[in-house]
Amino acid sequence: MSTTTPTTTGTATSTGTRTDSAPPRRAPALGRKSTGSLAWHLGALLVLAVVLYPVVWVIGASFKPSREIIGSLQLFPTSPILQNFKGLADGIADISIATFFQNSLFYALGSVVGILVSCSLTAYGFARIRFAGRNLMFSLMIGTLLLPYHVLLIPQYVMFQKMELINTYVPLLIGKFLATEAFFVFLMVQFMRNLPKELDEAARLDGCGHLRIYWSIVLPLCRPALITSAIFTFINAWNDFMGPLIYLNEPAKYTVSLGMMMFRDQEGVANYGGMIAMSLVALLPVLAFFLAFQRYLIDGMATSGLKG
Amino acid sequence: MGTAVTTLIKDSPPDAPEKRPGRPVAVRRRGRRENLAGYLFMSPWIAGFLLLTAGPMAASLYFAFTDYNLFDSPKWIGFDNFTRMLDDPRWQKSVEVTAKYVVIGTPLKLLLALGVALLLAQSRRGQAFYRAAFYAPSLIGASVSIGFVWRALFSDDAAVDRTQSFLGFDVGGWVGNPDWVLYSLVALTVWQFGAPMVIFLAGLKQVPKELYEAAEVDGAGPFKRFWSITLPMISPVLFFNVLLETIHSFQIFGSAYVVSNATCGPADSTLVYTCYLYQKGFKEAQMGFASAMAWMLLLAVALVTVVLFWSQKRWVHYEEASR
Repeated sequence: MSTTTPTTTGTATSTGTRTDSAPPRRAPALGRKSTGSLAWHLGALLVLAVVLYPVVWVIGASFKPSREIIGSLQLFPTSPILQNFKGLADGIADISIATFFQNSLFYALGSVVGILVSCSLTAYGFARIRFAGRNLMFSLMIGTLLLPYHVLLIPQYVMFQKMELINTYVPLLIGKFLATEAFFVFLMVQFMRNLPKELDEAARLDGCGHLRIYWSIVLPLCRPALITSAIFTFINAWNDFMGPLIYLNEPAKYTVSLGMMMFRDQEGVANYGGMIAMSLVALLPVLAFFLAFQRYLIDGMATSGLKG
Repeated sequence: MGTAVTTLIKDSPPDAPEKRPGRPVAVRRRGRRENLAGYLFMSPWIAGFLLLTAGPMAASLYFAFTDYNLFDSPKWIGFDNFTRMLDDPRWQKSVEVTAKYVVIGTPLKLLLALGVALLLAQSRRGQAFYRAAFYAPSLIGASVSIGFVWRALFSDDAAVDRTQSFLGFDVGGWVGNPDWVLYSLVALTVWQFGAPMVIFLAGLKQVPKELYEAAEVDGAGPFKRFWSITLPMISPVLFFNVLLETIHSFQIFGSAYVVSNATCGPADSTLVYTCYLYQKGFKEAQMGFASAMAWMLLLAVALVTVVLFWSQKRWVHYEEASR
């Protein structure tokens, strides 16, 4: 894509998986090439070691007996044990670990569905339909991107409390179905604006309405943006702590995050190994998504900048 | 990508709407149909905006001037919440803790992000791998799991403490030491430098290499090239990162809560602003006071945003020309 006008969507997302093609050549490395390259790799490896240390640590620690976890500098135990993981089968406070995972999965998948539907509809409205008030709404939408969530926290809680929706997933999910996550709307708008206008003009001549164009033409072409949004949404919901902390108060409804806090309160000291093992297990879905889709995540990130 | 950032920051709306007056009836009718279609497509967002953003904001502003415990109806008390807040030593402490966290953490994180991005941009071999690996902490850093890991790594006799004693200044673990624990949170945010780094890298890719070649012909050294070419060229990206990272770090909650064992301590040493807000609102049911706190946070964030946008003229260069 050789651009003449500044592209609004990062070419990164639109090309999906090929950001690295046709790289610009960098300025030559300082000094002699081989020493420069050696220094480069040493530097990169040093950063890598620091970045990966906590992750490697938690893997190693989950195979250690509880009392050895803190004091020992050895990353991996000489005789690894599976006790910590086996203990998880007993659950936490009579609730099976699977329950927490089910709850988190429900929350995460519900969020994904909500975001995909509501944000793509909204983005289509912004990108493809001319209606009165569009510019004002777009500015408001961008404004919410910078609005600290905490201003809404108390009144939303009051509202959901009056509606007797505390201890349900409604407060956690409703915003996802009402396109309040401005970042994803923005991401999709940028993407849709770059799709050639001729496509919908042709469809229009054939008598297609907006709904048909949205469903049969724009959505399929937006797949990269939809995938990026879906994965980020899943991970954000999986990691979400404050929302469940405020709205859920019955252990059987807890997400993994809350379940872990309860674990820590109830047997954290006695079963430190179990807690660390649980930490690792809770990270696995996110790590799996990351390994499978890291291109989409990084390209989506590069396009507009998102806190993970 | 640089331009994506520009669009966001300049808040440019989609292309300007058509002027309506004096159009043939058919066109006007079509316009009306378009309006209807537009509002239908936008209806989830419009409902969400009214119900979950605008309405709550108005309510929160009202609560800020009331005494409200969630069960009795709100009682108007004027500016009392605000005057009480300013006199409240714990509120002052929370401002101090948050300010320290933002002022130390954000620049360190961005410096590291920029430094590593410059390093990675030097070479193509292994770049994709390193970029992905360095980005990973940004995805898991907010989780409770990493909060637990952090608490473990920074507790007495654990890896960080051992290293420190080895170097000759034992503080007995950061998480138990009120003077040090905040730095473990700083370390946690700096560890997540990957997200801004990816944005920096994308910005660096946009810098035309001819500029460097020309500068080299003119005899500019690497430092000069960085200062006069790289930095101005990526200044929009830098601005974007500074803005977003600052705003986000004002709102830190989860990691402070988890790393401090849900106490925001010891001795309030990790009592970040939102943690105090949470305690006031959800532990003590002082909804009015908590709302007033939220509005102070909003004002602080707005102030920082305005100052940053104002300062933009002096140091951010938006490329108008296309290449």
